[in-house]
Amino acid sequence: MRGRGLALLALAVLALPLALPNKYAYEVAILIGLNALVCVGLNLLIGYAGQISLGHAGFFGLGAYGSAILAARYGWPTPLSLPAAVAGVALLAWLVGRPVLRLRGHHLAMATLGLGVIVSIVIATEDRVTGGPDGMSVPPLAAFGVALAGETAWYWAVGALLVGTVWLARNFIDSPRGRALRALHGSEIAAEMVGIDSARHKLDAFVLSAALAALAGGLTAHYSGFITPARAAFLHSIELVTMVVFGGMASTFGAVVGAAALTLLPQILTALKEYEMVVFGAVLMLTMIFMPRGLVPTLEKALAAANRRAV
Amino acid sequence: MLLRTEELSRAFGGVAAVDAVSIGFGAGAVHALIGPNGAGKTTLLNLLCGIYRPTRGRILFDGRDLTGRPTHEYAAAGIGRTFQNLQVFFNMSALENVMAGRHLLEPCGLAAAALRLRARVREERACRLESEALLDFVGLAAWRDAPADAMPYGALKRLEIARALAAKPKLLLLDEPAAGLNPVETAEIDQLIQSLVTRRVTVVLVEHNMKLVMGVSQHVLVLDYGRVLAEGEPAAVRNDRRVIEAYLGAEPAHA
Amino acid sequence: MSAQFLQYLFAGLTIGAIYALVALGFAIIYNASQVINFAQGEFVMAGGMATVWLANAGWPLPVAIGAAVALAALLGLALEKFAVEPARGAPVVTLIIITIGASILLRGLAMLVWDKNVHALPAFSGDAPIRIGGATVLPQSLWVLGATLVIVVLLAAFFNRTLLGKALLATSHNRLAAQLCGISVRRVLLVAFGLSAALGAVAGILVAPITFTTWDVGVMLGLKGFAAAILGGMGSGAGAVLGGLVLGIAEAMGAGYVSSAYKDVIAFLVILGVLMFLPGGLLGARASERV
Repeated sequence: MRGRGLALLALAVLALPLALPNKYAYEVAILIGLNALVCVGLNLLIGYAGQISLGHAGFFGLGAYGSAILAARYGWPTPLSLPAAVAGVALLAWLVGRPVLRLRGHHLAMATLGLGVIVSIVIATEDRVTGGPDGMSVPPLAAFGVALAGETAWYWAVGALLVGTVWLARNFIDSPRGRALRALHGSEIAAEMVGIDSARHKLDAFVLSAALAALAGGLTAHYSGFITPARAAFLHSIELVTMVVFGGMASTFGAVVGAAALTLLPQILTALKEYEMVVFGAVLMLTMIFMPRGLVPTLEKALAAANRRAV
Repeated sequence: MLLRTEELSRAFGGVAAVDAVSIGFGAGAVHALIGPNGAGKTTLLNLLCGIYRPTRGRILFDGRDLTGRPTHEYAAAGIGRTFQNLQVFFNMSALENVMAGRHLLEPCGLAAAALRLRARVREERACRLESEALLDFVGLAAWRDAPADAMPYGALKRLEIARALAAKPKLLLLDEPAAGLNPVETAEIDQLIQSLVTRRVTVVLVEHNMKLVMGVSQHVLVLDYGRVLAEGEPAAVRNDRRVIEAYLGAEPAHA
Repeated sequence: MSAQFLQYLFAGLTIGAIYALVALGFAIIYNASQVINFAQGEFVMAGGMATVWLANAGWPLPVAIGAAVALAALLGLALEKFAVEPARGAPVVTLIIITIGASILLRGLAMLVWDKNVHALPAFSGDAPIRIGGATVLPQSLWVLGATLVIVVLLAAFFNRTLLGKALLATSHNRLAAQLCGISVRRVLLVAFGLSAALGAVAGILVAPITFTTWDVGVMLGLKGFAAAILGGMGSGAGAVLGGLVLGIAEAMGAGYVSSAYKDVIAFLVILGVLMFLPGGLLGARASERV
């Protein structure tokens, strides 16, 4: 299953352009890829380690604004501003994660939610640096005078990055470190009793997922040429968690599918104009009622059952 | 003495669950910890494996003072444990449970894990083989790839033992391994415990099943109200008047 | 006491009372079902918006209020019956996502049925400010405080003295044991959702004359109510009330003395601070896991 899933993803990325009719479709595909990047990381934290974060949009926003501000206001070349922003966010996550991850369940949810809201308010208020609620423009990603521009170039860049990240994530999950995460999700006490330092491993997952979110945020900013504080807001954090759960937790491919489904759905539904929100909400509810474990695990089970019957 | 305590105490609020217990467990034997309900056996066990911190006293294991260290350091020192209320990793398969148990034997860097370096792949294969061997040892070969939440109670108790053994502990604390098992399953546990000694694992057993305790252990410790009431060989303890009183109540005085 | 401080205190208590009502809604549903109802804010919105609509259509205010609360309660019942119950047995996270879907659905419906504008509700007894100890207080604030007090007292009586209320408490402590005592968990859940929705609606109606109401007013109010519930220690009614008041006061003091742009930041920093030292919340249990 493991190798097949990755091959399928790579194939999808390679073949998709054949089905994309115009620039707008490429835009959606790129957006899906960027969302999927965040979701793969977030799934590590929520699905495998069994923690929760309702503030991940904060990391996304900090990565975006971090790179944007360094590049636009301080003149840093973007191949430097982006990694610097990601590293900065990783450090922040490491500092903040230690105390926060001592909390459990909805207390952890609240703490991460609070942090995310604080970040988004600060970004929206400090308008001299960030451009305030109206946002700021972001220079394109460029190295040695050559800019990464145009939908096709971005599509391949994001596609390659996504496939690479999924490969890395799958390796991580199938390693002792991945097992340690799943173990502390299963029973933190028993995990400690086999020598797993649960605090350290939770922090690892938190920092990794924060770094991925920041990377995706930075890339989004450079791709769109613009960034607003809404990208760091509570509603965006909720969207991200919803994508992970919708696609299927503890499933890297679930994270990708969830990101794809919930990025695509609003785009499709804009045709319904003012009914868009109602239908979106209804689809979300119905899918979760009938597929409580998420899209991918439910489909996997159905496939396995069908295979058994065919034998 | 492999494991020694000095005046070990743990109080909850005003109640002393374990009170100034100074005991020693020698290597290579099966020790049993018994006592009426509420005697403090599980609290003592939790202290010995680092899940509770003592309010007073010290714990020395294999020459090291482990008092107050975090739980995973107790594991790293060589103490393993099974749980009375199963703490199986229900989100994984039986094999994965045991593989997770091997954590201490597999230091794994982030880069090595993510990049799937060749050495890592070899280690993973070795981990899998050793874990399969452990499942065989406890008699769970048939359940290897089964999700843990599909396994029956008796199998899960043995799975916990396999998982605890995966870390190659020097001392294994078994918390009521026979609880809820029928006589056939209990006999299997009895055999399993005896084979642990041949593997040079010291065992400390908390158990209510007296037949199992008397049959398998070399050294029995009786707790009552958080204090040591008696200790010695099984036969001696069984006939100790104070122990009988603690379990059954004092004999009424009659002429 | 300085007049300014008193002013901020009243403002804080007023908004705090609203948060307390919303928080109670969260706590009641969480206790009965372990679910965090992300649609709670939408019940608040429904209360305010429905009242505005009915009042504008000519209904006398008290009747409009009653009808709006009833409508919200019906929405709560519908949410339980058609969304939560079919998903019984699903992981808690799934149930939370279902309520998130419900909140999106309800906001979409509000946009359709009503509109996207901001609406004001007339204050219950006029706008003439009252002076208390040098502070200027709106009469609506007194309505908010008074109504909240009455509701809290009634709720306490409901939970401690009526059979249905005790059934709710029993279910929150141990669902299986409650079922074995003959308590219909299904009915308890319905009551919990209906009651929480009604509470939310009342909060929305009480605060509408002060802060106005609109289709997405529920997002922030729901968020704050959730924060207040956790601050107080999820699962404790008294905690929800205390959490709401503390949050409201922290916000008002922050807005008054530090910076009104950062009032929410200050409020959340207070919450984070409390959680760091009291991981169970202000009144939450400090229980540890039994092995």
